[in-house]
Amino acid sequence: MHASEDFLVVIRHAPHNASWLREGLDAALVAAAFGQSVRLLFMGEGALALCKKQQAGAPGQKASLPTIDMLEMYDIDQLNVPERTLNELNLGLESLVDGVSTLTDAQVSALFSQNRPILNF
Amino acid sequence: MDYGLLVMGAPYSDPAPHSALRFAEAVLARGHRLAGVFFYHDGVHNASSLMTPPQDELNLREAWKALHERHDVPLDVCIAAALRRGIVNEAEAARHGHSAYNLEAPFELTGLGQLLTLQQRCDRFITFAS
Repeated sequence: MHASEDFLVVIRHAPHNASWLREGLDAALVAAAFGQSVRLLFMGEGALALCKKQQAGAPGQKASLPTIDMLEMYDIDQLNVPERTLNELNLGLESLVDGVSTLTDAQVSALFSQNRPILNF
Repeated sequence: MDYGLLVMGAPYSDPAPHSALRFAEAVLARGHRLAGVFFYHDGVHNASSLMTPPQDELNLREAWKALHERHDVPLDVCIAAALRRGIVNEAEAARHGHSAYNLEAPFELTGLGQLLTLQQRCDRFITFAS
């Protein structure tokens, strides 16, 4: 676990579900550009944003995976998924992009109970 | 205490703006300060000066404007989220060749950096979303 002051951005919507993912990632990138240490937590359907074989959406919907791949350039290397989410979606870590780490229920609740700024998307 | 609000729900589609307004009134009534409201995602529609609800319904844009006038609360709107959804001020309308605009003072188009600045300045930063 990092220091308690890192900025937590929680993604709860799947790619192409309105613009939640895109605008959530934008907020994370701007926070990182402002020098904050950013941690991303992909919960529930939000974890689908990390699937490495995904393509662009229906015609006209921009792919979001390139933005995920870009996070490292902004020093956002804390990509977390709850173990519970992986079980519920029947997803294995091997189907997600590299660098994702899983969190137990206790670790997830610790993230939310520590005193840090949190944005939910 | 200093409060800041993040509104991400559209008026009349989502209860988030109503809840945020009621929360704002409650915060001020208790003697706290409201340092600002930031509109992001579908919340940017709250700024449209063209919204025309029936006369017996609350005009949410006017309600935010009244909050600004009574308590000097800044009303910041994310420019990227707003332009994507057709919420533009006079300068952006001219820049993009549009024949009309629908965002006027006291709402201000601003960047996401303003969201972070507001969040850092506040003791409590509360999100209102669907």
